[in-house]
Amino acid sequence: MAMDWSVFCKDTLTGEVMPGCFGSGQDITYLNWLFSAWGWTVAVSLTALVVALVAGSVVGVIRTLPDKPGLVRLGNAWVELFRNIPLLVQIFLWYFVVPALIPPMKDFPPFILVVLALGLFTSARIAEQVRAGIQALPKGQRYAGMALGLTTPQYYRYVLLPMAYRIIIPPLTSESMNIFKNSAVAFAVSIPELTQYALQVGEETARPIEVYIAVTILYAASALIINRIFAVIEKRARVPGFVVAGTGAGGH
Amino acid sequence: MLNLDFSIFTWSLVQNFIVKGFIFSLTLTAIATLGGVFFGTLLALMRLSGQKWLDLPAAFYVNAMRSVPLVMVILWFFLLVPLIIGQPIGAEYSAVITFIAFEAAYFSEIMRAGIQSIPRGQVFAGQALGMTYGQNMKLVILPQAFRNMLPVLLTQTIILFQDTSLVYAIGAYDLLKGFETAGKNFGRPIEMYLLAAVVYFIISFSLSSVVKRIHRKIAIIR
Repeated sequence: MAMDWSVFCKDTLTGEVMPGCFGSGQDITYLNWLFSAWGWTVAVSLTALVVALVAGSVVGVIRTLPDKPGLVRLGNAWVELFRNIPLLVQIFLWYFVVPALIPPMKDFPPFILVVLALGLFTSARIAEQVRAGIQALPKGQRYAGMALGLTTPQYYRYVLLPMAYRIIIPPLTSESMNIFKNSAVAFAVSIPELTQYALQVGEETARPIEVYIAVTILYAASALIINRIFAVIEKRARVPGFVVAGTGAGGH
Repeated sequence: MLNLDFSIFTWSLVQNFIVKGFIFSLTLTAIATLGGVFFGTLLALMRLSGQKWLDLPAAFYVNAMRSVPLVMVILWFFLLVPLIIGQPIGAEYSAVITFIAFEAAYFSEIMRAGIQSIPRGQVFAGQALGMTYGQNMKLVILPQAFRNMLPVLLTQTIILFQDTSLVYAIGAYDLLKGFETAGKNFGRPIEMYLLAAVVYFIISFSLSSVVKRIHRKIAIIR
């Protein structure tokens, strides 16, 4: 069957092919809409990545604290909780259940709820990587920090974490690519991102193959861009003479 | 604070709504694991064959599958399979085909790592004994690779079980859909989503505890 790419130049209301393919003002084409959907995917993913990095780092550090068995257990419980429930179910929990249990959250926009769901889901995996990164360092590093009279926050900040983060850049890269892929699940609560676009526009235009191809390419491009950005970070952050040992990470 | 009411959660509700979906989720997980490991092993062997015409297509397939969200893959197959075979196909059958094809890519990476973890000396020993490539793989390399990879394979299966909930995108009736339908029919969606989360958690958590134990057991024997 023949492809018809002019579908993207069509006005979303009148269905007429617009000259130049882009609409203006309120008059938008499916191409305008496609880029807006990509924007939503990028916005959800990057915000969730920030949430995941912050929460994941805190929980990961907590799990390696010496002489704090209570906190370690709490960190472990966090990881098990967010790792053993499917992401889609977690999105439903944040979207339907949490606002019902905590009334002030009823006014939260869906974007925030989805970002929390995706971010905390990913935080469990990042916590696992941060923990592995810290534990991959020789014990002497910690003791050296203590011997210099650094407080616990100080030797984490100046001794352990700088090296631990460098070690875990490869798994962090794949986790950041995962977050873009996982953001697709947001379609289930009608966030107007790429997958939602694929479903809706594929049906509306009766040209699902062209629409799916465009969406698939944008997902692959997003993953590639993230991958390149992290490659640059890894190169910039490299410490001469320090061989980075990779830590394994599975999943998708 | 909301009043939660779980009184609708009775045995007859489980029988009418949950069991069917649960069986589908488990079946899908089992078939996708077996099919995924089978085709994944083939893909891994293609990539390790040293033959470009085998390696390149396999590498392309694996990387393509791994760079696209599973939800999109599910939608793609649901769209394309009926076009290819020329007749409509139910969401459930489509899901089975999709998951085998998708998981094969992930399992192939696991198998590849497993095969590469076997010391070269093992391969040479098999060759020295006069074994063919097939015999060497079947009798020497793969049994050890499977054993090394068992914990990762099982972890991937748990992830797979969780991912089966994504068949939501094409409306297949799985465990989550069972809870959702029950919640909508009885006007108690919040309770049902909570219960779905609890059920998924219990299953995944107990399976991962088992995997941890297996991991330790294998580590002790070695």
